[in-house]
Amino acid sequence: MEEPKLAISVDDLTVAYNYKPVLWDIDLAVPEGVLMAIVGPNGAGKSTLIKAILGIIKPIAGSVAIYDKPYEKQRKLVAYVPQKGSVDWDFPTTAVDVVMMGTYGSLGWIKRPGQKEKKAALEALEKVGMLSFKNRQISQLSGGQQQRVFLARALVQNASIYFMDEPFQGVDATTEIAIINILKELRKAGKTVVVVHHDLQTVPEYFDWVTFLNVKKIATGPVKDIFNDDNLTKTYGINYKVAVNK
Amino acid sequence: MSIGEYFNLLWTDYTLRTITLGTAVLGAICGMLGSFAVLRKQSLLGDAISHAALPGIAIAFLITGAKDSNILMLGALVSGLIGTFWIRGMITKTHLKTDTALGLILSLFFGFGMMLLTYIQKQPNANQAGLDKYLFGQAATLVESDVKVMIIVTGICLFVLLLFWKEFKILLFDADYTKTLGFNTRFIDILITFFIVLAIVLGLQTVGVVLMSALLLAPAAAARQWTNSLGLMVILAAIFGAFSGVLGTAISASQNNLSTGPVIVLVASVFVFVSFIFSPGRGLLFREIRFRKNRKDLQLKKTLQFMYGIVKTHDNISHPHAIRILNNFHGFTRGSLRKLEEKHWITLEGQQWALTNEGFKEAEDLYNQQSNNE
Repeated sequence: MEEPKLAISVDDLTVAYNYKPVLWDIDLAVPEGVLMAIVGPNGAGKSTLIKAILGIIKPIAGSVAIYDKPYEKQRKLVAYVPQKGSVDWDFPTTAVDVVMMGTYGSLGWIKRPGQKEKKAALEALEKVGMLSFKNRQISQLSGGQQQRVFLARALVQNASIYFMDEPFQGVDATTEIAIINILKELRKAGKTVVVVHHDLQTVPEYFDWVTFLNVKKIATGPVKDIFNDDNLTKTYGINYKVAVNK
Repeated sequence: MSIGEYFNLLWTDYTLRTITLGTAVLGAICGMLGSFAVLRKQSLLGDAISHAALPGIAIAFLITGAKDSNILMLGALVSGLIGTFWIRGMITKTHLKTDTALGLILSLFFGFGMMLLTYIQKQPNANQAGLDKYLFGQAATLVESDVKVMIIVTGICLFVLLLFWKEFKILLFDADYTKTLGFNTRFIDILITFFIVLAIVLGLQTVGVVLMSALLLAPAAAARQWTNSLGLMVILAAIFGAFSGVLGTAISASQNNLSTGPVIVLVASVFVFVSFIFSPGRGLLFREIRFRKNRKDLQLKKTLQFMYGIVKTHDNISHPHAIRILNNFHGFTRGSLRKLEEKHWITLEGQQWALTNEGFKEAEDLYNQQSNNE
């Protein structure tokens, strides 16, 4: 059988904010077309890992390759959904305007978005079920709706790899289902999706690949092989009897 | 001279016209760039920068010995930029919080500037008089060449703003995301900050170091109340800023011994005050009105729903019932009955009420809406 292509490969990645390392010597190989959860306790460096891969945080050491080329050359293949709380939603703009920002990267400097970009943004809003809110001021959206706007902004980028930082945080069941359906659609289309995830119960149901992280990488691989008590205990430090045996 | 006379003279008096044009342009550029400062939550940075400019003015005078406003402004620009640079460095390199860094740089530079000013004033040089105008500003000192510089800088600023509009906007909203799209966020950031510093330096002669930040922030804060579009906010802030500049200068020039800075700032504050109360979307007044109206509406609908519950048990919708039976219902008042009648949802006759077809339909819709939400 032919080996699947590697979408993301991380080599010796180390990040520190002050003295203590937040991430230590992370090696990671993510095959193309998986839906991967990054799990770990608070402060394990989950968000930091994504940010370091995306070049938002400068690592002390290590390298990141996207489809075997340095990340800087492959930006157009990568889309990012930040944590909802990382921006000020009282910013004077509308939902469709935020989604349109997803097209800025392919537009490059100075060039303004036009009809084509607007159409793409509206399509993405429709995919996340937010078309009727397109002209809504973003502060007047609920938390779940804001999360879906962020997701639509990443969809517009039409990337091959999607990084999402806690997309299920503080959203209601309707939004959670809407988001997971989109993630599964992305996988069906052969995209790779990496999600920082908190709810261990839903890992086997939502994802097919998982990475356990606690400053160091504990384990990474298919959910069915490695999502077990042993790894959970190693990651969280306590015996974690959760959904595994359900 | 009264304000009326001032504005009459505007058409004939060349000096007044120059000054008015200058303050209008200054207000406009400060309003535009102030919008960015407000949205980046860098409001206090403006205050620190303007204070940090003072030693630059003094040093430029000490070096050249002349009071050429362009050279003084250049000094202010250099020292303002150094101040900004230090603030940034302190925030990234030490554990100090932003407000501490701003406070430290502000007082350090301002103290140093004041010391230099007092030193200059003791010098046996007739030329030094008037340097203290930079503390509170004096629009009357504006001459044609100053205004020309202002117009050129504003023109460049407008051009850059339009050119990099998309980049500015996305950086203001979500800097990390902007980085992942491949934009050089450092460049955009420096560009915005540089123009904010430039606008502040431009206004020092007119408004003064102490109050300059208010001209930057007040028009933007006022404009934010009226619109949910960034473009419109910037335009409105420019207009509010221009009016604050012109009106403030007119008032201070028509009265004796009023420094321009404080008056301009007071006028700008009036814009803020009015906007915070009267703006339709975010203003306190309309919010309160909407809030009360909603409560009343809800009360009315609750009463209607209660009636619907009674009526439902009868075959005939319009069968009259005694008002007395509503007494157990909390939302019910005589006033709400009259309101319901005005909406043609019920009819009143003596001590009895009956639901109309319209009212029945409305109540039914309400009922369905609620069960849908559950």
